[in-house]
Amino acid sequence: MSDFQHQAIRLTAQQQPLTWLEELRNKATDDWLAQPWPTRKTEHWKYTPMQSLHKTILYTWGATASQTLDKALQNELIPMDAFQLVFVNGVFDPAHSSKLPESVVHFSQANAEQQELINKYLGKIVEGEQHLFATLNDAWLDDGVLIHVPRNQQLEKPIYIVNVVTAVKAVNNQRVLIVLDENSRADIVEHYFSSADVQNGFVNSLTEIHIGDNANLHHYRLNLEEEHALHIGAVHVDLQRNARLRGFALALGSSLMRVDYQLNHRGQGAELDLQGIYLPRNQQVVDYHTNICHWVPHCTSNEVFRGIVSDSAQAIFNGRIYIHKDAQKTLAELSNKNMLTSSKAEVNTKPELEIYADDVKCAHGATISQLNANARYYLQSRGLSRAEADVMLSFGFINELLEQIAQPVVHDYLQPRLAKLFGRDNSLIAASALAELTDD
Amino acid sequence: MLRITDLFARVEEKDILKGLNLTVKPGEVHAIMGPNGAGKSTLGNVLSGRDGYEVTGGSVEFNGKDLFELEIEERAREGLFLAFQYPVEIPGVSNMEFLKASVDAKRKHHGQPELSAVEFMKLARETSKRVNLEQAFLKRGVNEGFSGGEKKRNEIMQMMLLEPSLCILDETDSGLDIDALQVVANGVNAMRSPERSFIVVTHYQRLLDYIVPDYVHVLANGRIVKTGGKELALELEKKGYAWLETEAV
Repeated sequence: MSDFQHQAIRLTAQQQPLTWLEELRNKATDDWLAQPWPTRKTEHWKYTPMQSLHKTILYTWGATASQTLDKALQNELIPMDAFQLVFVNGVFDPAHSSKLPESVVHFSQANAEQQELINKYLGKIVEGEQHLFATLNDAWLDDGVLIHVPRNQQLEKPIYIVNVVTAVKAVNNQRVLIVLDENSRADIVEHYFSSADVQNGFVNSLTEIHIGDNANLHHYRLNLEEEHALHIGAVHVDLQRNARLRGFALALGSSLMRVDYQLNHRGQGAELDLQGIYLPRNQQVVDYHTNICHWVPHCTSNEVFRGIVSDSAQAIFNGRIYIHKDAQKTLAELSNKNMLTSSKAEVNTKPELEIYADDVKCAHGATISQLNANARYYLQSRGLSRAEADVMLSFGFINELLEQIAQPVVHDYLQPRLAKLFGRDNSLIAASALAELTDD
Repeated sequence: MLRITDLFARVEEKDILKGLNLTVKPGEVHAIMGPNGAGKSTLGNVLSGRDGYEVTGGSVEFNGKDLFELEIEERAREGLFLAFQYPVEIPGVSNMEFLKASVDAKRKHHGQPELSAVEFMKLARETSKRVNLEQAFLKRGVNEGFSGGEKKRNEIMQMMLLEPSLCILDETDSGLDIDALQVVANGVNAMRSPERSFIVVTHYQRLLDYIVPDYVHVLANGRIVKTGGKELALELEKKGYAWLETEAV
């Protein structure tokens, strides 16, 4: 057992948990302490630089509001017409949040019916042994957010969950449970960011999603934290019959940034699209582990992750697709393309395909590539310098995925920000201006 | 404008151009015809500066400068334009931003201010109409999902925006139906001026019905083997190239 594990449990003494969640918490505490701490030899953690976590002392839970908050929110929020929930250092901030619809409730304010729903799904999307830090999230569980869209309903606006860290040395535990009943639909954006000077903090986040029969979810998870942040998170999803998920993941990179996606096809005819972008620079790390499990026939998965790794940064991508012997007629595709822009940049990518059914169509590929020389020549032949061409092509590499973002505000928010990382913000033409281009 | 003297070039260890001479004066349109493998496309690539095309002898003077002293992009900014036989698809890079960047690069080179987004959009919109390219194409990735004809019209649109002094059209007519061919030819003809020259590389006489050249050259075995007026193209159409190749050897 590691020092970190001990410290983590010591923190729970500072909480006042909900009695009706006590059982889950207690079990998780035992499990957490019993689990061996990952080492370089632990397969799913071998490239993850845990040392930055070892050096971290877990001081205390985060507390609300610092003076810089208003400015940070002003600069960083996506200007979205949405039901907005703002968490500051892990604490809900009603002042910056909007009036919530009935379908959104804090665990601590859940009525009996909602408590029953929470008990039914919380911690149960993934069966059996779960991600180490998901266990920690259970053990730390103090409060969370339930988003429940009842049958045949559609949220009138997207839900926008903002997690901002402004305090030094703060630890916070984020938990979101999304339950879409049959034939419902929702758009949900989770946005994490931190102010530049935040150090020695740790965010552990877990989002659990149940998508009922014929229900449809668009889910965005944006990790836009600053360099010093430490974030470990997971998204656990199950899809029922004919359910649809469109997921989008983005991470810029931090001292430690790891997000695990665990997706289960549990009903026939379900479809999932998951796209991701990672852009670590300097000494940053981004680690995505995704695991898509097809348990039943006739489901479709399409996963595309792209990363550009610069300077001495490191990216890890592990994409597993598992196809159970009963999951005939599965269509599954996984593509992971990486670009390294420096000789010190590093990427470890590993697609894993485990197929136990015989009538399936699967494809996977991982590449680490250079910029296309033909494309570069073409741009240069039109007067762009080699450096300008390279910047344009690198940005184009990820912009291809950005262009597919379904929510225009999210697209319009991200595109110039990411372009700025490539020094391309000045050459972008605003989407509003482009919208004027119509054929009359 | 352009003076090519005794040009030798090789690609992948193979000699392709073997002593090519060609002089193009301002306002002239030169057609270069010739059989497959004669070096027609190599000439365009060598002039624009593509990697992998090694110049082993001779010289090219472009507007008084030694062309081979210039980088690819400098040649473009100085007014050399190559319309590609196979324009490259670049998904993720918006056509509009690419076009603006190239126009700005040229303007900067000539000490002019960059265009504002609004100014450029107006210009791009007008130009796209001139080549019958729907405006939706401006928003798409560069050539992404464009048909053959749309790609070639996009090339001509770039040519119009960049206003080069020397335009090299590398088999721009290949893969075009007659309507698209007319659009391309009209675009070229609209740009003809006493200051601007064209080198039209083509297999077929067809294009030259629309873009009427001042000179027709036959390129065979890496050299210009025959030069004539526009009527030479008709003769070639009838007789093929074989008689010239034997003559050249």
